[in-house]
Amino acid sequence: MSRRTRWNGAALAVVMGGALAAGCGAPGGDAPQPEATSASLAAAPTCGTAPVTLNAYIETGFPLPKELSTEFSKQYPNVKWNIREDQFAVITQNAPRVLADDPPDLMRLPQVSELVKNNLLKNLDGYAKAFGWDAWPASQLEQMRLAPGGKTRGEGSLYAMGLNFSMTGVFYNKKLADKIGMSSPPTTLAELDDALAKAKSAGITPIAQFNGGATGGLAFPLQDLMASYGPSGPINDWIYQKPGATIDTPSNVQATQHLEKWIKAGYFWKDVNAVDYATMMSRFIKGDGLFSFNGDWESGNLDKQMAGNVGFFLMPPAQQGGKQAAMSAPLTYGISSRAKNADCAAFFLNWVATDPKAREIGVKVGGSHPMGPADAPMPEVAKDTVTASTLSAGAKIAEDNGSMDFIANATGAIYAKSWTPQLQKLVAGQQTPEELLKSVQSDYTSQVGGS
Amino acid sequence: MTRKKGSPARAAGLRTPSWVAWLFVAPALIVYAVFVLRPIVLTIQYSLYRWDGIGPSTWAGLGNYAKVFTDPDLFASILNAIKLILFFSVIPVLLGLAIASTIRRIAASRLALVARTVLFLPQVIPLVAAGIAWSWLLSSTGLVNQLLRLAGLGGVARAWLGDFSTALPAVGVIGAWVLLGLCTILLLSGLSKIDPALYEAARMDGAGPLREFVSITVPSLRQEIGVCVTVTVIAALASFDIVYVSTQGGPGNATMVPGLEIYYLAFSERQVGMASALAVVLMVLVLLVALPIQWLTKDRSS
Repeated sequence: MSRRTRWNGAALAVVMGGALAAGCGAPGGDAPQPEATSASLAAAPTCGTAPVTLNAYIETGFPLPKELSTEFSKQYPNVKWNIREDQFAVITQNAPRVLADDPPDLMRLPQVSELVKNNLLKNLDGYAKAFGWDAWPASQLEQMRLAPGGKTRGEGSLYAMGLNFSMTGVFYNKKLADKIGMSSPPTTLAELDDALAKAKSAGITPIAQFNGGATGGLAFPLQDLMASYGPSGPINDWIYQKPGATIDTPSNVQATQHLEKWIKAGYFWKDVNAVDYATMMSRFIKGDGLFSFNGDWESGNLDKQMAGNVGFFLMPPAQQGGKQAAMSAPLTYGISSRAKNADCAAFFLNWVATDPKAREIGVKVGGSHPMGPADAPMPEVAKDTVTASTLSAGAKIAEDNGSMDFIANATGAIYAKSWTPQLQKLVAGQQTPEELLKSVQSDYTSQVGGS
Repeated sequence: MTRKKGSPARAAGLRTPSWVAWLFVAPALIVYAVFVLRPIVLTIQYSLYRWDGIGPSTWAGLGNYAKVFTDPDLFASILNAIKLILFFSVIPVLLGLAIASTIRRIAASRLALVARTVLFLPQVIPLVAAGIAWSWLLSSTGLVNQLLRLAGLGGVARAWLGDFSTALPAVGVIGAWVLLGLCTILLLSGLSKIDPALYEAARMDGAGPLREFVSITVPSLRQEIGVCVTVTVIAALASFDIVYVSTQGGPGNATMVPGLEIYYLAFSERQVGMASALAVVLMVLVLLVALPIQWLTKDRSS
């Protein structure tokens, strides 16, 4: 009996498993359907007066959204919040499933192309019109626009909104700068090279950067060098997946060769391939490293930890007086296409950009430039802080129309699977600049074409 | 025994022992079917489609499997897992044998108790914590390099996990450290059931410690060694946590293993079909390696 029972049991188990699986048909059958083009709104929506609970899914470790939500509830007491927090990596992995299965009213978003392709995000065109977001500087919203089908970014309907927008450039340690006689930030690439060489011979690590694990931080100086050698437009076209765009251009090859020169000259830490972001920050704050390529999300932190000892400048152009560019990205939040309180969430997003108190929180807590009209009042910031320099750098970038998205955001996998391993190989001398760009481009083509 | 495929009511009326048995087995069986069998079957199904996890899927047949074996990056990750067997299996089992027989000789002393506890400790620590602790130890200013510098070997010091040539062995060392305790304890418990008279007899015949080890200890531990090898080989082939925490596959894919590759494919590249295909290949590979080990170490005397 025992033998037969065993076989019966095995057979039953297989049958049960098979039946459970076969009941589903081809995967993806329950995918959300495209919504009708967003209807134009008669008037700007509000949160009303009845009690509302907004479901928000935000990134942990950044106090900005929480402070904003608290202030919002103070001004609109009928609105309560139900906030769930996760690390950005977790949000990135879960975004599609959360938006489909447990739709939040407001959610911190990773790269949006795939989410739009699957009809998971609400089309915000109607709100943009009703609230007048269309009249803001176009570059603020450009990265969150998608052409129909979600393939090309940078144009088309609006699918997300920023709480503020960040700005990248080069931070420097003022004490170390004095030591090498650098009295003002470099204005050309040659001057930057000169400062790097002087630091090296003075026994100071010229550049504090991370490049370990799955996040290749050398992509920061690389993209800055690309923008130094060439125009920022084609780089954006590539990130936005415009047809025919390529990263493998002559000026980008020059930029990558320049980065290789820095590596070979020993301008980075010897163990840069094992340094993660947190390690880089703690070393730079301790005074190990003259320059660091990073973004203004650290401005507030650096003002606190290196008060008076830290400066910021935009990546200098290759030619004196050339246009400057910087990676600049909105802190993107979106509304699920299945959200219950979409109107109230949109009203909140508009409030963040236009309410004076909210803008002040945006700068003081977030450290970055608020969204909103070009002539909106700017909160007061102490002049000698690095926050003040990053905010004024934002104005210069707007003038030069030099705002770029990050090359790591071109596709969902390009950072972890292409840029990072390739840059780590470049550091180890196992890859050439020419082959690096060719390899990234071929991965890009297969990812863009294949999906 | 005859089984009737009747309604539950009729079966209840018969009160056959088989019916009662099924009742007891049912909860476990249902859990097993829902949480083990169903995912396996679904994974096999997904592996035949191109699917981003949300939208509509398209039939891909065996295309995903073809890619697993032709894509150099994916294939390299399988090779890395096989290399890890040296660190995860061979070292812990050999070292575990040596340590276990040493501890057995001093079994009564307090030192044996201390040694057992210290060796088993890594098993109690969560793998993620172990990975973080080791990445500190192995960092360029970590303890390992400090000791090397003290010993005048500063030239060898490096960021062990960030160097292309040492990253995979460094990850392997972490795995060996974790699994050594498990093997030692398993082998020790096996040793305790060997009749001491055997050793006495051998000694009377003039056998030294080495001879005892080869002729008595190893053959008697056949089954325990089998369990150790099986568990550790599976840990090597299906490794994920240690690699994810210490290197995330870097630098430049030097420590990429299938487990991590599956995770990246499914959650960052959103190629659920490819990820499932690689997962099925990994499962088959584990079975291909584990089943012969089971067969080789089976106790054929009974």
